[in-house]
Formats: sequence, structure tokens, C-alpha cells
Amino acid sequence: MPDTLAIDEPLGSFDEQAAPATRVRGYWQSVFYRLRHDPVTLFFAAMVLSIVLAAICAPLIAPFDPYRESIVGRLKPFGWRDHALGTDELGRDMLTRLLYGGRVSLLMGVVPVVVASLIGGMLGVLAGFVGGRVNTAIMRTMDVFYAFPSVLLAVAIAGAMGGGMVNGMLALTLVFIPPMCRVAETATTQVRALDFIEAARASGAGALTIIRYHVLGNVLGPVFIYASSLVSVSILLASGLSFLGLGVRPPLPDWGLMLSTLRQSIYVVPLVCALPGVAIFITSICCNLVSDGLRAAMDVRM
Amino acid sequence: MTSAQTALDLRFLDSRDRGGPTQPLLIARALRKHFPVKRSGGRAVQAVDGISFAVHKGETLGIVGESGCGKSTLARLLLHLIAPDAGELVFDGDAVAVPGGIAVGALRRQVQMVFQDSHASLNPRMPIRDSVAFGPFVQGKPREAARGIARDMLGKVGLDPELFGPRYPHELSGGQKQRVNIARALATDPRMVILDEPVSALDKSVEAQVLNLLRSLKRQFNLTYVFISHDLSVVRYISDRVLVMYLGRVVELGTVDAIFERPQHPYTRALLASRPSMDPTRRIDEPPIVGDPPNPIDPPAGCRFHTRCPFAEPVCASKDPPLGESGVADSHIAACHMLDPRSGHSRAGAAAA
Repeated sequence: MPDTLAIDEPLGSFDEQAAPATRVRGYWQSVFYRLRHDPVTLFFAAMVLSIVLAAICAPLIAPFDPYRESIVGRLKPFGWRDHALGTDELGRDMLTRLLYGGRVSLLMGVVPVVVASLIGGMLGVLAGFVGGRVNTAIMRTMDVFYAFPSVLLAVAIAGAMGGGMVNGMLALTLVFIPPMCRVAETATTQVRALDFIEAARASGAGALTIIRYHVLGNVLGPVFIYASSLVSVSILLASGLSFLGLGVRPPLPDWGLMLSTLRQSIYVVPLVCALPGVAIFITSICCNLVSDGLRAAMDVRM
Repeated sequence: MTSAQTALDLRFLDSRDRGGPTQPLLIARALRKHFPVKRSGGRAVQAVDGISFAVHKGETLGIVGESGCGKSTLARLLLHLIAPDAGELVFDGDAVAVPGGIAVGALRRQVQMVFQDSHASLNPRMPIRDSVAFGPFVQGKPREAARGIARDMLGKVGLDPELFGPRYPHELSGGQKQRVNIARALATDPRMVILDEPVSALDKSVEAQVLNLLRSLKRQFNLTYVFISHDLSVVRYISDRVLVMYLGRVVELGTVDAIFERPQHPYTRALLASRPSMDPTRRIDEPPIVGDPPNPIDPPAGCRFHTRCPFAEPVCASKDPPLGESGVADSHIAACHMLDPRSGHSRAGAAAA
């Protein structure tokens, strides 16, 4: 054996062996650590949480029955006879209707996004991992959906299937599947090219095992971040559908629908008529800011 | 050949041995892999073009060559991570992935690989003990047993399993990550490890540590190595035999002493001459080899080296020089017309001496 490189140093003689000074922290632990130190995100997360809680607890905290009408008490301003936020065009209490409306709006904001993440995520991982023709087939189909503006697509689907809350949610789900699919596909394609996938194959792991243990963990982050940003879009689109009469049907309270019916009275009680819009605005901006905070916290260089 | 003798003593200890001590552990026969280039009218990158060699039990076979000569493709072919277009693999007497032979899965239970990029070959979202335990787990060990193996292997590569096991790859240095990759490769108890440039991305001091670790693990686990590198000093340090590749072909194969002391092929000589000298009076200004390797999409006809060879003659451009058979363990063969007295090259026969 040539002695050109005879360096028989005992193992552990370099400081390469020194213990790292930092605490051991997993990915999710470090994400939570960063979130805890981000007061802006924490504040808006608390806002979102209280909006959700208020909607869930609507029957307990609402001062009136959301369907009780009153001929004499129509379109009253703030503070009229115990109606802190006034009344709508049928004399129903605005505060109560906003609380109940939040249930529908939030439901239509979250359910389509969750379902679309599952379906789009699975399709995206499949397309990204298998590649080749499967990828082409799935992604080009998604591109067809991409060709339409999302609002038009939602309106077209909801219009074709008829109105109603469930159909509205279905329409929104279909609208969100292509972007979710694309995010998952991009993340999967990036991961698939890395050597650790090849190393897993070399250990004899099959495709499903590799996806489960090595791909999903790396795709989950981007999909989750994107999904969280879609919640506010979904709330807005759902309100839009209801506004056009393609979503929730009256008398069920929904922010978009309330905005639609109250717009004719905008000169009578402008502040009351603007309330559903304010609710949509606050909710979606809170969701967006939380999503931004999450994105920053999850952007850990690994 | 002391190392070959040590191997001879040890190889009877392996209960999985089928072919006996003289049966090479892995034989590659006429392996070929061409990557088609899109929109080129059916042309292909001839990454590996008819490579044959044998890896004997207990040895370290070094594979050297310039960037882009097909070293990494060859490594992946040996593990069947990519399927060859033609040719066959024989593992310990059994043909791989053909009817009557052993399956690819059986091959991968006995052959493992360490990659060059120590960071990319670890899952960033997985604690390293889980990365090491993944192999045994996939091959049917219960979760707890796999974790036990991982602890054991991390200790064997010099990382404290309690301290490093729960850590994530980004918390480790390059050398530590490569130790983890070695532990991961050894966790499934392979008989052969393919090391694809395992130290090329490491600092020199860490490189020496990892090389020594590899040598001691080889003794400890009775391993056979295929060591791919472009670093001639490293290959000389670790190998028993060396295979020199040029543009997807084998140009020379022999024991480490034969290759480094008596290189026969002009390309091997040029490679060896390109090493910087430690002696300031012997420093050279002229590069021993000029130009880049030709495009592997359109490799030159005949001897692929003739475009850069100082001794090239018309015969080199027309006839493919034969490599010869590597029957005996320490035979020294080279694919050059100058070594074949009947080739018609004017220097034929003279250069062999």
C-alpha cells in the first residue's frame, strides 16, 4: 500500500466530533418556536381563532333568533332597541345574523380547501413521483382548468349544478384542485430528484413506502402553506357565489348573501349595509396574515 | 497482495457465500447504457458503452476517470437503480434480474451505495437515526430491531447514537453526514458497497478520516468495495485494483501498483502526469493532456482517445482496440493498439515494455 496518504489518525481526533451546541429540535418544533416569537402572527391567529369560536358558539352568544323578522324594525341603525349593530331589510338582528353567517362562510372557506388539498395533493404527488406520461396526463388536465379565471370557473360550475351550499362547496373544491395539484407536483418533483430517494430505492423500498416515509413529509409543508392562503380566497369566492345567488339560499344567513340583499338599502343605513363586507374583509385579511406568518415560520432551511 | 490474502481468510465466514473464494462477487458483462437525447433524431449519450469487469471478493476496486466519463452511471447500473440497455450483471454466480437468476431486490439486500452529496442523500425531515434504520425496516426488521441496528451502526462510524441519533441532517457537518450515509449503507449488512465519490465533497482533513473509517469498516465487516473517484491519490490509497474509464469504456485495468507504477495506456499516463508534483523543480507548465473529452453523444470512431492521444495513427481512428480478458485477479490489461503487436500501429509492441 503506498504511503502517500498514510494518515492513521484515531477516530475522533478532530473537532468535527465535538457536540453541536444547540438543542436538538425537530422541524415542527422549530416551526412552533419561530411562531411563538412572532407577535404579529400570534395576534392575527388569535383573531382568526376568536372569529371561529364566535361562529361556532353563535347559538349561545347571539342575542336574538336569526330568523325573527319585524316589520316595524326594518333597516334600523346601530343601537336601536338592543340591536347593537342594527337590523336588516326584514328587521332581523344584524349581530345575530353576522354570527350565524360566519358559520356558513367559514365552512365554505375551509371545507373546499381541505378537500381540494387532499385530492389535489394526492394527484400532484402521483404526477410528480411517477413522472412521464402520468405526469403529462394529470398536469395537462389541470392546465385546462387553469385556462379559466377561477371566479368564472366557480360561477360556471355552480351555475351548471344549480345553487345551494353543497353545490357551491363542490364548485369551489373543483376550482382549488388544480393549484393544489401543481404545488404538490412541484414539491414532489424537487424531492424525487434528490439522492435520498435513490438511497431508499437502493435499500429495496417500494414506491409506496418511499412516498409514505420520504416524500409526504417534504411535500406537506408547501401544501399546507398554500392551503392556508387559499382559505381567504375561498371565503371571498363563496361570498361572491352567494352574492350572485349561486351559493347559499335565503333565508340562511351568509356574509355574501347578506351583502347582496342589503346593497339596495345602502343609502338608507350605509353602515349597517357595509357590515357583512367588513366581516369578510377582516376574516380574510386575518387568514392571509396568519398564512404569511406560517410561510415565514416554515421556511426553515433544512 | 496482502489485502487479497486477508480477504481469503475472511470470506469463508460469510454464510451467504455461494460461489466460493474464486468466484468474483460481481461480474459486469458488456454493460451498456445510452441516454436518448430528445429531438436529436435518435442520437444518445453513450454514458456506458460495453463495460466488462469483475470485482473479486474482499477487494477494493477503484474506478477513475474524468468528469462525464460515465462513472456515476456505471455505479447506478451496478445496483440496478437504472436498468442497463444491454449486458448482464452476475452477483456471486447468480445472474441478476433474468429468469433463473436472482431478483433486483435480492441484489439490493447485498449491495449498498454511498453517494457523493452527503446532504442530498439524507432526508431533511427525518432524524438521522430513522434514516439509518429505514433500510433494515424496509427489509423486514421490526421497528425496534431496526432502531437497535441504527444505534449500533452510528456507534460503529464514530457518532454517539444518543447525541447524534435524534438530530436532523442540517445540524451535522459534511463529514458527519457522510458518516451517517456510510452507517445507512452498512445497516442492511451488505456484502458489497459502491462508493460514488464518497469523499470528493469533503475537506481534506475530514476526507482522510472518512477514508480510514472506510478501511477499518471493510476489515470489520468483511466488505468488498467499488470506489469511484476522480482523485488519483485517494484511489491509490484505498484500492487494491484500479479501473480507468474514458468516455464510457474501460481503457485500463490492473492492480494499483501496476497502474500507478507501470501505466500502459496513453490516457492513464496522461492522467497520472496531470497530478501536481510535490517537488517544485519538477513542476510542469505544459498540461499533459489538452482539450476536453469529446462529446459522448458522438464519440469518436475507433479508439475513443485518439483525438487527444499524442501517439494516434490512422489505425486508431478506424479500429477499436480490444481490451483483453481479465481472467486472473491481478492481470493488467489496457485497450491500446500500441500494446497489440498485430494491430498495425508503428509503435506496436515497443510501448508495452
